[in-house]
Amino acid sequence: MMRGLGPLSKAMLLGFLRDRVSLFFTIIFPLMFLVLFGGLFKDAGVSQTEILQIGAVPVIDQLPADARAELDRVLKVERRDDRQAALEAVREGDFAAAVEQDGDRVIVHYSAADQVRSGTVRSILDLLVQESNQAASGVPPKYSLDLSQVEDESLEAIQFVTPGLLGWAIATGATFGASLTLVSWRRKRILRRLRLSPARVPAIVLARVLVSVLIALGQTAIFLGVASVPYFGLRLSGYWWMAVPLVVCATLAFMSIGLLAGAWAKTEESASAIVNLVVLPMAFLSGSFIPADNLPGWIRTVSNVFPLKHLNDAMLDVMVRGQPPTAVLPQMGILLGFAVVVAGLAMWLFRWDDV
Amino acid sequence: MVETIQVDDVRKRYGDVAAVDGVSFAVREGEFFGILGPNGAGKTTTLEIIEGLRKADSGTVRIFGTSPWPRNPALLPRIGVQLQASSFFERLTAREQIRTFAALYGVGHARADAMLEEVGLTDKANTRSEKLSGGQMQRLSIALALVHDPELVFLDEPTAALDPQARRNLWDLLRRINSTGRTVVLSTHYLDEAEALCDRVAIMDHGRVLELGAPAALVRGLSAPTRVAVASGALPVEEARTIQDGATVEDDGVSLTIATTEPGPVLAALAERDALHGLSVRGATLEDVFLHLTGREYRA
Repeated sequence: MMRGLGPLSKAMLLGFLRDRVSLFFTIIFPLMFLVLFGGLFKDAGVSQTEILQIGAVPVIDQLPADARAELDRVLKVERRDDRQAALEAVREGDFAAAVEQDGDRVIVHYSAADQVRSGTVRSILDLLVQESNQAASGVPPKYSLDLSQVEDESLEAIQFVTPGLLGWAIATGATFGASLTLVSWRRKRILRRLRLSPARVPAIVLARVLVSVLIALGQTAIFLGVASVPYFGLRLSGYWWMAVPLVVCATLAFMSIGLLAGAWAKTEESASAIVNLVVLPMAFLSGSFIPADNLPGWIRTVSNVFPLKHLNDAMLDVMVRGQPPTAVLPQMGILLGFAVVVAGLAMWLFRWDDV
Repeated sequence: MVETIQVDDVRKRYGDVAAVDGVSFAVREGEFFGILGPNGAGKTTTLEIIEGLRKADSGTVRIFGTSPWPRNPALLPRIGVQLQASSFFERLTAREQIRTFAALYGVGHARADAMLEEVGLTDKANTRSEKLSGGQMQRLSIALALVHDPELVFLDEPTAALDPQARRNLWDLLRRINSTGRTVVLSTHYLDEAEALCDRVAIMDHGRVLELGAPAALVRGLSAPTRVAVASGALPVEEARTIQDGATVEDDGVSLTIATTEPGPVLAALAERDALHGLSVRGATLEDVFLHLTGREYRA
C-alpha cells in the first residue's frame, strides 16, 4: 500500500535541500525578519512624548521631586519663553502640546494631527491639575490607584515576534512546497509517470506531507534556537512543546491551501502568484507582523477564516503566555477541519495531466 | 495465442476533433512495432489509451489479455513507459533518479546501477539530470522505463530533438532492448527511424491507421520507381533518354536522374557508356509510401 513512500519522500527532501531559492524563502528570509524585529524592538518601551511649557507653569514647576520623576518617565517637558514660537512648534508637529498657566487656569495647546499623543498629554495634565486641586484642598486622598502588569515583567517584543514570524515562515514553506510540487510534477509529467508505476496515490500524498512536516519542524527548531540566544532572549513557557503538534496541524492546513492553488494553476508562476496573494495578506491579518489586536474589529472577525490566525493565537498561548496544553485544543481542531475541507476541494479540482 | 497488445476500433474525441478515429491493430510478443505519423496524427493519444492513461470513448484495448483501464496495478510492473521530454525529479543526480524509480517497483540499487551502465551513463551517475545533454537525458529516461525489466516497453518519440549522431547511437540501444525478447512499441515521426528499427509499422494520419505492415513490404507494395542518378554531364540527356523506354530522365544541372522500375538494365547501360561518375541509387522509402497514401508531402 505504502510502497514508494520512502523513495518519494527522499527525492522530495533532496530536491528541497538542493534548491537555494526555496531554502532562502522558507528559512533565511523569515529569519531575517526575526533578527530585524527582535533587534529593532529590543528595549523598546513607550517612547517619551515631548511637550513645551510656556514661561512659568507652577502646576509642573512646583511638583515634589518624586512626582516630577514619575512625570519625566512619560513626558519630556521643555521650557520656551516665546509663546508664538512655542505654538508654531506644536503646529509643525515637533512637540505634542504646549502648556501655559495664567493664574489658576492651565491651558493646553495641542494639535489634532496625532490624536493618540495629544490625548495622552491631555489626560496626564488633567491628572496633574486634579492632583494639585486635591493637594490644595488639604484633605488626604480617599482612593488610590496602584498598577500591576499581569505578565512576567520580562515580556519583551521577542516573545510576541517569534511565534508570529514562525507561523508566517511555516505558512510560506508548506503552501509553496505543496503547490509547486504539484504543478511542476504535473508539468514535467512525473505525476503521469508515477501513475504508470505501482506507487499509489496515498503514498505520493503522504510523502509530500512527511516532507512538509519535517521542513516545518526544522523551521521551528531553527527559529526557537535563534530567538533563544541571549541577545534576543526568548523565554519559553512550560508547555512550549505543544508547539510541535500545533505545527503539524498547521502544516496540514497550509498544505491544503497549496494543494488547492496547485490543483487549479497550470504553471509554477501562477501557482506562486496565487499562494503569495493568500499568504501575505493572511500573515498581516493574522498578526504575524503586527499585533492583531491593533486591527479594526471587523478585520479581526474576517481574519478568523485564516488558519494562520489560529496558529498564532495558539502558539502565543503555549509558548509565551504559559497556557496549559488543553487551551489550544480548539485551535488544533480548527486547523485540522480547515485542512480537510480545503484538501477536499483540491482533490475535486485535481488533474493528473495538463490536457 | 493471446497477442501482447490487441486494439479494436478505438475512438477518442476532443470536442469536434476525432483524435483517434477507429484504430485497430495487434502487436505480437517480441515484436518491434512502430507507430509512425506527423505531429497531431493521433499517435500519442493512441499510446496513452493503450498505456491506460486515458479512457477511450469506444472500442477495446487488451494488454496481455487484460484491460489497462481503469488503472490496473497488476499490469503496471509488466510494462515500462518512456515519456516524451524529461520526466525527472528536480535536482536529483542520474543515479538518484534511477534508484528512486527502481524503489517504486521494489527493485534494488544493484539492478538500478546496472541499468545505468547498460545505457552508458555510469560516468554521469553523479551528474544532476538538468545538466545532462539531450541524448543523455533520453538514455536516462529509457533506463527509467526499463529498470524493472518489463516485458513490454513503450517509447514515445525517443529521438525527438537529437542530433543525427546521437540518434544513431540511440538506435543501437533500442535494438538491444528488443533483441533480449522484449516487445517494443515506438512512436516516431521520423520515417527513417521507423524503417531502420521496426518489424512492422502502422502509418497514422488524422487519427486513422492508413497502412500497416513491414516497412520493406510497404515500400515494395508501392512499386514506386528506383531513382538512378549520376553526375550531371556524365552523358547527354538525349542519349540517356534512349537507354530505356518508359524511364523518365531529368537533369537539374547537378545530377542526371533516371527514374525506372527496372534499374538493372539502366545500370548496365550506364556502365557500358562509362557514365557512372557520382552514381547513387535510391529506392522508394516510407516517405514515398506516405506521399502515396495521403497525396501530400510528409511533414514531420
